[in-house]
Amino acid sequence: MSTTVARPAVDVAAPVVQRGVVDDPSGFELSREQTALIRWNIYLGFAAVGVAMFHGLAQALSYAGINVLGWFPGLQTYYQGLTVHGVLNALVFTFAFANGFLSLTTARALSRPLNRWLLHGAFWSLVAGVVLLGYAILSNQASVLFTFYAPLQAHWTFYLGAALLVVSTWLTAANLFLALGRWRRDNPGERYPLMAFVSVATYAMWVIASIGLAVQVVGYLLPWSLGLIEGSDPLTMRTLFWYSGHPVVYFWLLPAYVSWYLMIPRQVGGKLLSDPLTRMVFIMFLLFSIPTGFHHQYTDPGIPAFMKALHGVMTFAIFFPSLATAFAIMASLEMGGRARGGRGLLGWIPKLPWGDPSVTAQILAMLTFMVGGATGLINASLSMNRVIHNTTWVPGHFHTTVGTAVALTFMGIAYWLVPMLTKRELFGRRIALAQAWIYTVGVLIFARGMSAAGLDGQPRRTFMAEAPYMPDAWLVPGYWTAVGGSLMAVGITLFFVVLLGTIFFGRRLEKRPDMPIAETVHPASRKGWEPILDRWPVWVAVAVILIVIAYGPFVISEMPPTLNTPPFRLF
Amino acid sequence: MKVHVYEKAFLSIGGGMLLVFLGALAFATLGAGIHLPDRAGSIDPQAVRTTPPFDDPGVREIAPGKYEVVMVAQAWSFDPAEVRIPAGSEVTFRITSPDVIHGIHVEHTTINVMVVPGQISEMRYTFREPREHLIICHEYCGIGHHYMYGKVIVE
Repeated sequence: MSTTVARPAVDVAAPVVQRGVVDDPSGFELSREQTALIRWNIYLGFAAVGVAMFHGLAQALSYAGINVLGWFPGLQTYYQGLTVHGVLNALVFTFAFANGFLSLTTARALSRPLNRWLLHGAFWSLVAGVVLLGYAILSNQASVLFTFYAPLQAHWTFYLGAALLVVSTWLTAANLFLALGRWRRDNPGERYPLMAFVSVATYAMWVIASIGLAVQVVGYLLPWSLGLIEGSDPLTMRTLFWYSGHPVVYFWLLPAYVSWYLMIPRQVGGKLLSDPLTRMVFIMFLLFSIPTGFHHQYTDPGIPAFMKALHGVMTFAIFFPSLATAFAIMASLEMGGRARGGRGLLGWIPKLPWGDPSVTAQILAMLTFMVGGATGLINASLSMNRVIHNTTWVPGHFHTTVGTAVALTFMGIAYWLVPMLTKRELFGRRIALAQAWIYTVGVLIFARGMSAAGLDGQPRRTFMAEAPYMPDAWLVPGYWTAVGGSLMAVGITLFFVVLLGTIFFGRRLEKRPDMPIAETVHPASRKGWEPILDRWPVWVAVAVILIVIAYGPFVISEMPPTLNTPPFRLF
Repeated sequence: MKVHVYEKAFLSIGGGMLLVFLGALAFATLGAGIHLPDRAGSIDPQAVRTTPPFDDPGVREIAPGKYEVVMVAQAWSFDPAEVRIPAGSEVTFRITSPDVIHGIHVEHTTINVMVVPGQISEMRYTFREPREHLIICHEYCGIGHHYMYGKVIVE
């Protein structure tokens, strides 16, 4: 290759210096305009949580037989509120935060600005999507929950709004890919800076994963809701949804992993153990996240049991990179605790900076995620799935994953990110600490109740306060759920005290604080096999092959779809 | 690339654990006969009430000790809403929907299956003890979803 010849002579055995990242103490500042757009993405994401929280509380109380829906002006039914809760938390919050946060990490890692038109486009398409979804849901024309299974038919603005949310992630992806491509042009032969690599890997996975949702919404549901297509094929629609619907959980999770790998080590005074292992973990998510969707459809008719089992095996494979993550993060924490004077087998734990709400929130999120990982393996086990499918066990599980591992981590990130974006000191550090503990205790009690009732068959997504059936076995768990859910609501409220306090009353800082970025014990090498980790075409090709194996036979057997189910609006 | 010896041990134990779990699942499926719902035929969702066997939902004894339950799950009831069978019966459920997606979970059994318009869901279960089981619709199917339930009475 001519590029290697043209480059200045370097000792290939020496670790690559990641220019502009950790070795540059002056940091890199984005323009005011770009910083503001990123800040508003973060605000929009948390605003979604603030609205969604109210119905979350109503749902938790409903499991204890308490109906507070009459206190919600504007809401007509439980399921309308449940749609608000799911759409805002699972789609708007996570998408807005990922768009803002990973744009920032990419720009900072590459020390170059982003494309302002793509940044504007991503933000405003998200806003437009929220407005359309809000109109459809609040006018009670779209109480279809965030899974919007056909043939329940929502107003067309719901589908257009959902499509615009996905478009905003695609515009962000385009921005990240463009920045990385430009950096490569200026730095031929260099290894990608790790923080840019993991950010781009997250979006590369999601771009491939979101194709199912795009085909479903733009290809079928939108024209169907406008009357251009008469019928739908509910099984094909469900399959397209879950093609995107499982990998989306990693699109939620990976921004949290970016923080755990690249920021938490610096925040606790440790280091990230291994650059190549970190890249491998994110590549594994790119490869194995998508060919797993049938494990959400284990109990569906019309899908061959063999294909379900194949997706089950893939789901176990995707557990492996999270195991590797558990080790790497724990090692960073231990390094930090020992550097701060911790001695003995466990003496490093109390030495961690527990007074830093950003660290405490994220460590509690990690610990809660251990519960979520274990319950997730149970969901993926095809025999046990028949006991827990569509019971409250499932929301019990995912409130410890996306509801805590992701949401509480994003709040922990906000405790340094919002001061960075606003040039204001964090307001109410003690309130922030209390927030993290109260939310964690709350979610553990909540998940205890939901899981127990789920094992006794209580259905999820059901207005229990008005259901005519209520076995005794669900009573006590229902109280746990209500108490835990109430504590979670207190935790979220305290978060907003800190967030709004920082924005409006935080002490102004002279200098913008920098992002905490970890140093690496084993950095990237130009030598040997490692550079193949940076070869996107190789990994994308493997990902596509796995998808074709996992979905190809089913897609061929379902073609063309039987569009003979008429629409229903039963809300 | 250096991988620390502890990390190698941790990942080997973790990976080995996943393989053991998969082995247990293979045994549950191939050895203990716990199966997931498979393809069981399709149906025109607009002609459910005129397509056998769904033109005549109910409970039928198909062989000594073996029963078939033909059921229509619709917004917002199960037809039949009550299934009576003697203890020790092996029961095959055949279910479909003429409207939206429903789900059926027979409390304290492994009967847990989605009911998707256009598809026929099939599940088999042996009810050993005399008792009542709730039949619950566990997929959101509209404003009356929480009113949709039934009973299996094992006598």
